[in-house]
Amino acid sequence: MPILSVLIFLPLIASLVVAFSPDQFKAYFKWFTLGVTAIELAICIYLYQNFNHDVADYQFLEQLDWITLPLGNLGIGSIDYLLGVDGISMPMVLLTGIVMFVGALSSFQIEQKERGYFSLYLLLTGSVIGCFMALDMFLFYLFFEFMLLPMYFLIGIWGGPRKEYASIKFFLYTLFGSIFILIVMIALYLSVVDPVETAVRIGLINDVSEITPQIITEVQNLLKDLKIPSEQIVHTFDLRFMPDAGNFLPDSWLNILSGTQIFSFSARALAFILLMIGFGIKLPAVPVHTWLPDAHVEAPTPVSVVLAGILLKIGGYGFLRIAYPIFPEVATEYAFVIVAFGVLSIIYGAFNALAMNDLKKMIAYSSVSHMGFVLLGIGSLTSEGINGAVYQMFSHGVLSAMLFLLVGVLYDRTHDRRIDSYQGLANKMPLYTAMTAIAFFASLGLPAFSGFIGEVFTLMGGFNSPLIPRWLTAIAAFGLVLGAGYFLWTLQRIFFGKYWVRQFEGTLEDLTFREKSMLYPLAILAFVFGIFPHLIFDLTNATISELLKLF
Amino acid sequence: MSLITLIPLFPLIGFLINGIGFRHVPKSLAGIISSAAAFASFACALTLFLGFNGQPQIVHLFDWITVGTLNISMSFQLDQLSLLMLLIITGVGTLIHIYSIGYMSHDEGFGKFFAFLNLFLFFMLLLVMGSNYVVMFIGWEGVGLCSYLLIGFWNKNSNYGNAARKAFIMNRIGDLGFLLGIFLIINHFGSVEYSEVFSKIAEGGYSSGDKTLFYITILLFIGAMGKSAQIPLYTWLPDAMAGPTPVSALIHAATMVTAGIYMIIRSNIMYSLAPETLDIVAWVGLATALLAASIGLFQNDIKKVLAYSTVSQLGYMFMGLGVMAYSSSFFHVMTHAFFKALLFLGAGSVIHAMSDEQDIRSMGGLRKKLPITFITFLIATIAISGIPPFAGFFSKDEILAHVFEHNKLMWAFGVLGSIMTSFYMFRLLFLTFFGEFRGTEKQKHHLHESPIAMTAPLMILAVLSAIGGFFNFPHIFGGHASLAAFMEPLFEQSAIEHVAVDESLEITLMIVSVVAALLSAGVAYFIYVVKKTVPVAEGEETGLQKVIYNKYYIDELYDTLFVKPITALSNFFREVIEFLVIDLIVEGVGKLVKTLSSEVRLLQNGTTGYYIFAMVLSIAAILVWSLKSFLLG
Repeated sequence: MPILSVLIFLPLIASLVVAFSPDQFKAYFKWFTLGVTAIELAICIYLYQNFNHDVADYQFLEQLDWITLPLGNLGIGSIDYLLGVDGISMPMVLLTGIVMFVGALSSFQIEQKERGYFSLYLLLTGSVIGCFMALDMFLFYLFFEFMLLPMYFLIGIWGGPRKEYASIKFFLYTLFGSIFILIVMIALYLSVVDPVETAVRIGLINDVSEITPQIITEVQNLLKDLKIPSEQIVHTFDLRFMPDAGNFLPDSWLNILSGTQIFSFSARALAFILLMIGFGIKLPAVPVHTWLPDAHVEAPTPVSVVLAGILLKIGGYGFLRIAYPIFPEVATEYAFVIVAFGVLSIIYGAFNALAMNDLKKMIAYSSVSHMGFVLLGIGSLTSEGINGAVYQMFSHGVLSAMLFLLVGVLYDRTHDRRIDSYQGLANKMPLYTAMTAIAFFASLGLPAFSGFIGEVFTLMGGFNSPLIPRWLTAIAAFGLVLGAGYFLWTLQRIFFGKYWVRQFEGTLEDLTFREKSMLYPLAILAFVFGIFPHLIFDLTNATISELLKLF
Repeated sequence: MSLITLIPLFPLIGFLINGIGFRHVPKSLAGIISSAAAFASFACALTLFLGFNGQPQIVHLFDWITVGTLNISMSFQLDQLSLLMLLIITGVGTLIHIYSIGYMSHDEGFGKFFAFLNLFLFFMLLLVMGSNYVVMFIGWEGVGLCSYLLIGFWNKNSNYGNAARKAFIMNRIGDLGFLLGIFLIINHFGSVEYSEVFSKIAEGGYSSGDKTLFYITILLFIGAMGKSAQIPLYTWLPDAMAGPTPVSALIHAATMVTAGIYMIIRSNIMYSLAPETLDIVAWVGLATALLAASIGLFQNDIKKVLAYSTVSQLGYMFMGLGVMAYSSSFFHVMTHAFFKALLFLGAGSVIHAMSDEQDIRSMGGLRKKLPITFITFLIATIAISGIPPFAGFFSKDEILAHVFEHNKLMWAFGVLGSIMTSFYMFRLLFLTFFGEFRGTEKQKHHLHESPIAMTAPLMILAVLSAIGGFFNFPHIFGGHASLAAFMEPLFEQSAIEHVAVDESLEITLMIVSVVAALLSAGVAYFIYVVKKTVPVAEGEETGLQKVIYNKYYIDELYDTLFVKPITALSNFFREVIEFLVIDLIVEGVGKLVKTLSSEVRLLQNGTTGYYIFAMVLSIAAILVWSLKSFLLG
């Protein structure tokens, strides 16, 4: 069974079903969505359990020829429907399963235009998960762009008072970034050859199934000597072929030997930088982060959960899937700059979080700070750093989902997110207090919670990387102190002291059953992954060791 | 399951029962469950201690993390050092748990309190039992968390919340140093296991003064500064007295704050090869000892005096470490755990009797009403002041003797410190228990000796404070220095060279410090008992006294130097950089596009004549461009 396709198409079909159901089923949309995301989660867990830890390569591969276009002298264009997961995407797929499910639970509070909402939510689920599994860059880009549409509407229609501003800002920012990615994608396409298909075309083998490493080397040699007529060269978007320098056309811009210069950058360096900006916006890295606080503040709770929980990870995932393996030598050259931006994000985000009075903004900036660790880890180009970065993405996915849900709990009751509107909630809402304390401490990197592992390993990677001066990482480590600062300060202001709530007469109810059923599992996950980090490291280790061989 | 794994397990189970079952576990049971958990750990530790054959034992639980070539395991190491720490932690811990049943009996968060206390024990045990630096770090941060939770236990008072936050954040700063130190260890030795790291150092031919070891040790010491409240990271500890008194006794006197000393003794092989670091350790310790002791001279809050005294005693321990007198420092850790826990619990008993009054100006004459508390407090005071034959005398004099070999000036300062110690302790004793009662009538009426759950631990600790010194009875008095002998194997790999102190000299040194302490106690007696002086009221202090009473304004200094600039900077980022720089650019791009397009839009005006005109103009331009080379030749 093409299990990965099921993962993508199930929510897409479900989205259509919701969109075309008659209004009398309105009350069931949320249950239907919850059911679909539950199946998704089950499939993700199934994948997780059947994932072979020792294999560095892609697993559960599914490949179909999608578009093949003979373009005369431009060669043959080939776009595949190609899916697979490896150690980097597996944690992200699992995370998507978890967060989408929790988000669906949280969406129960949506009380207007349910059809549109749940239809878009399912559409988002399908495209996000597709993004993490696509191995053809064209397909990846398709899913990547496709996510914007539901997100735009989910913020723009169900959002808060400034939703128009926030949604258009989010949309334009991301679109701006994806144009950079598009440029690089086209350049890569023109440069990279599919050695397998080309071998078939020039008659070395009869069928793709007969391919051996020798044949690939032979094709690559022919390619190098310009012995293949250009109309028989098969161009590809296949991400599996892009890391191999032998698959680049010798006279193409992005060939490592071509030395093409654009604005005094080498073409490869420029391509890498464009990708980093494109994915950096998504991450988001300072200074291209300002869409995030606005989007979060205006988005309804479940959308914030999904946004922080998953969408940000696509940035980090894009680095590891596309930018780094394809341009390893540029990544090494710019390691310092990349890490410097990571450290800037950590510190700058933390400082801003310290100054925020809006709870959601505070958490949004803490996300900026935490995602800075991802950049730091990846930039370090060490095993600890990159493993730690993937871990941090996973951990932040769980924790930020939890944090935004917690804000939602309070907001649902009082429609006020200002930190200084609350005092002494600890006595009125003990369970809520306990959950918030757990989420805060887990986020500020207390050992035994997942946040600790991610932060420590990215820092360790940075500290022990030969490419990065130690003082830079030492500054980044200061982010841990600031993190403790803003989380504890917030905790104290809201929960300690004498009970007082601004302009609110009723009694504050403690967590309801639905809220517990979202928060408890997330708290347990943060804890379990903190105690047993090998649950994630076992997935990533082999793939990342293989990835590091490129550097 | 071996006894070793059971030790941390008991408190963990206690925590789970009381934590998850909070408000469901009956009050009468909660305290007993927790105390039993602590005692069970103590029993295990004692059994292990009695059956210990001198060989370190490592219990591997599971491989925790494997990334790249790095492998970090979750495992425990049982050796002389961890055994002794275990006995202190679980032993004193059990007594304090029992005491707390009495002390916290009126508190509504009774079960929660015991849950936290058990959780603390669990992390503390992890800290000392771990067989590698990462497990130690987990315990290290864990006890920080518990300290935070317990300092802020009465969190309705916002000052207490501030104190808790301050403690956590200051500790975090230290923890960063520790963490970076661990990174360096990983980088250089490829492992975090003590056994591997130390044997690599022993075999690696590291010379004294090696740069790497210097950085590692200094970074680890920064961690120790935070946890063990040394200059400049000490200001959290006095504020930490906001927590319930048993917490102050257990966490902020007997156990957690000695973690830094434990860490340095654990890593002694590295420190012995880093003389520069040792110098820094010794001087920081001395400076802390003196600074804190001098602040203690004029404090009027019974717990604050004890807190500064703790900081000061920790300073002594670090001074001892700095001169490589590792076992002497540990000896002081031990005796200090006894008498300082006793002092805090005694103070707790007083506070309990005084209906939560902590100001010694309102006390006085309590010895008649609280006889057991008084006697035990007196024993502890004599012990801490270094008057023989009680515990503090032996341990402190051992440190001072080693300091004397190392540096005579340092020794002189050390004696000055012990003069101050003796003074502020006896001042505290006299003001609290002697003279006339100075509190309100209501308080006077309420005065009572504490229940047996509280006095029994006091008595046990009093015995230990009295005889604790004999655990390491020095050779000159015909003893065997058994503690030092027991700990000997820990220091095998470090090259420690102690010049044997001349016996008559050693006795002279002892006499000097004892006489000094006695004199200073006598002065305190004269001032506070004979002359019946009572410290002036709040705000009426003058001159130097005012400066000292306000703790040299160090908190205010930190506030100006760090807190305010950070707040200002974060507000600047929020208000200026975010909105006036980045978003202005972002929105500026949008506005630019909008403006341009509204201008360009005018070109599409729908007039055919205008279009034709534009066309002709364009054709002309293209022609000129193509013929450019022809025209220009």
